Amino acid sequence: MSAAAAPALPRTTPLWRVMRLVIGVGVFAYLIYLLWLFDFDRVFTNLPGLWIIVRLMIDWSHFTEWDHAELLGSMAETVAMAFLGTFLATIIALPLGFLGARNIVPSAVFRFLTRRIFDGCRGLDQFIWALVFVRAVGLGPIAGILAIMVAETGILAKLFAEAIENIDNKQVESIRSTGAGQLAELRYGIVPQILPVLISQSLYSIEANSREATILGLVGAGGIGLRLSERIQINAWDQVAYIIVLILLTVTGIDLISRLLRLRLIDGPTSRG
Amino acid sequence: MTRAEPAWQLFERHFGALRRARRTESALIFVSLILLFVVAAAWTHFSPATIFDGAPRIGEYFEKLFSIQPDQRAPPVAVLSWSHVFGGTKEPQSIAYWFYRFNVYALLLWQTVQMAILATVLGYCAAFVLSFPAARNLTTNRATVFVSRRLLEFMRTVPQVVLAFILVWPFGIGPLAGVLAITIHTAGSLGKLFSELNENADLRPVEGIRATGAGWLAQIRYAVVPSMLPGFISYALLRFEINVRSSTVIGFVGAGGIGQELKRVIGFNIYEEVSAICILILLIVVAIDLLSERVRHRLIGALR
Repeated sequence: MSAAAAPALPRTTPLWRVMRLVIGVGVFAYLIYLLWLFDFDRVFTNLPGLWIIVRLMIDWSHFTEWDHAELLGSMAETVAMAFLGTFLATIIALPLGFLGARNIVPSAVFRFLTRRIFDGCRGLDQFIWALVFVRAVGLGPIAGILAIMVAETGILAKLFAEAIENIDNKQVESIRSTGAGQLAELRYGIVPQILPVLISQSLYSIEANSREATILGLVGAGGIGLRLSERIQINAWDQVAYIIVLILLTVTGIDLISRLLRLRLIDGPTSRG
Repeated sequence: MTRAEPAWQLFERHFGALRRARRTESALIFVSLILLFVVAAAWTHFSPATIFDGAPRIGEYFEKLFSIQPDQRAPPVAVLSWSHVFGGTKEPQSIAYWFYRFNVYALLLWQTVQMAILATVLGYCAAFVLSFPAARNLTTNRATVFVSRRLLEFMRTVPQVVLAFILVWPFGIGPLAGVLAITIHTAGSLGKLFSELNENADLRPVEGIRATGAGWLAQIRYAVVPSMLPGFISYALLRFEINVRSSTVIGFVGAGGIGQELKRVIGFNIYEEVSAICILILLIVVAIDLLSERVRHRLIGALR
């Protein structure tokens, strides 16, 4: 029983201990208040309702009567929307990324403005952009493509700008020292350094967007979401479950493809850049 | 008898071959991208013409914002002046006129943020519990790892708006369905990140605690949790930012928050209120991003 051998405990004053207790109790009370505010008891009282829906969901006895062509077509449309939106966003975001990078555009005011524009595009959810574009170009997948494009441009432009700021300047200088022009400097000095970021980010965005695009249809912006909301509204729960399974399979498939592509394009044997 | 190839020729030959191979590959990738683009565009009927047809309507929207229509039939008169923008609530199209229901919005925004707070806390708890059985190095039972991983995967792959839409049926219209949907999604995505953190855990402390004869729970509690907590909290704060963003839209399916109000005003075509709400959402999202970044940096500094 030698107290000297024990390691020194961190110093805690009684005041600090009381403070900690008060903060802890406060946070706990706030969480209880939130649970009360959002009627959390309903989770338990309404569980039978959820159970009824789940039971209806797993009954697939009418599988052959469903409109498979429509559902699969919409699913393909969703993936196409995600691809097109991200593709266009990448094309737009690349020059914007250069404009937002400190080492390309030295003007702080200009950079501040471009960065805020990126924030504006990112700050509103894709879903809200979809609503805006449904008003502008009408119902259909084009509104969804534009929504994905705008929201994704904000994200990608910011990432590209950061990637451009983080490049190794030596490569650029060595290209410049050969007497190359501005364009050659860009092509051989900067682009090879940001290409891996560009590819992997764009692939990742296609993945994320094909997940996000499944809900754009809920506001009429095309894709599987419209079918899903129809099925939910007529309480066709078996088909709802089927659509969710379709979404899960598609998203998993795209994850797999993009992982393979990333390995091939970035760490692949022929890609040294 | 052929003469030995000079070194430079060998180099040129190999370099040329390599270059051709890479050029072919780049061309192939380019062509397949274009092909994919064309197929996708055809499938979705994507054409520039539709966009150009719609573009004037976006202009129309801004025109409506900055103009007054004195009477139903009269053409709108554009107004943009100092006294007009900063006029009172009676002055049409002034800032005060846009935000005349600011108190309602403020309350709804507060509700939205609270939904995000509760969903993040509940999701964090669920993710915390599930992340240990899902980590390969901490759980020896393969079946447990498999089941908890698939569960996490399922929870994060179902889109949360879809989840909210479904949950509105049993739990009623209101924020509860939204909170539950965001909670499930948060648990799924945080659980995956946490379990990845756990897999990188240093196993020596675990062995040390196990050597004292402690059970699995005690090993986790005293050997893994203390070193993982900073990472967990940092991820949770990042998730909170994302959750604020998603709780603004989850109301579209009737699951509470500002989204429900936004859907209503869009349905009624009340332009000023649509823009007012969009601006407020943008402001709150940016403010919370900045705040949480600050907290995160400070917290990581304090815990390390």
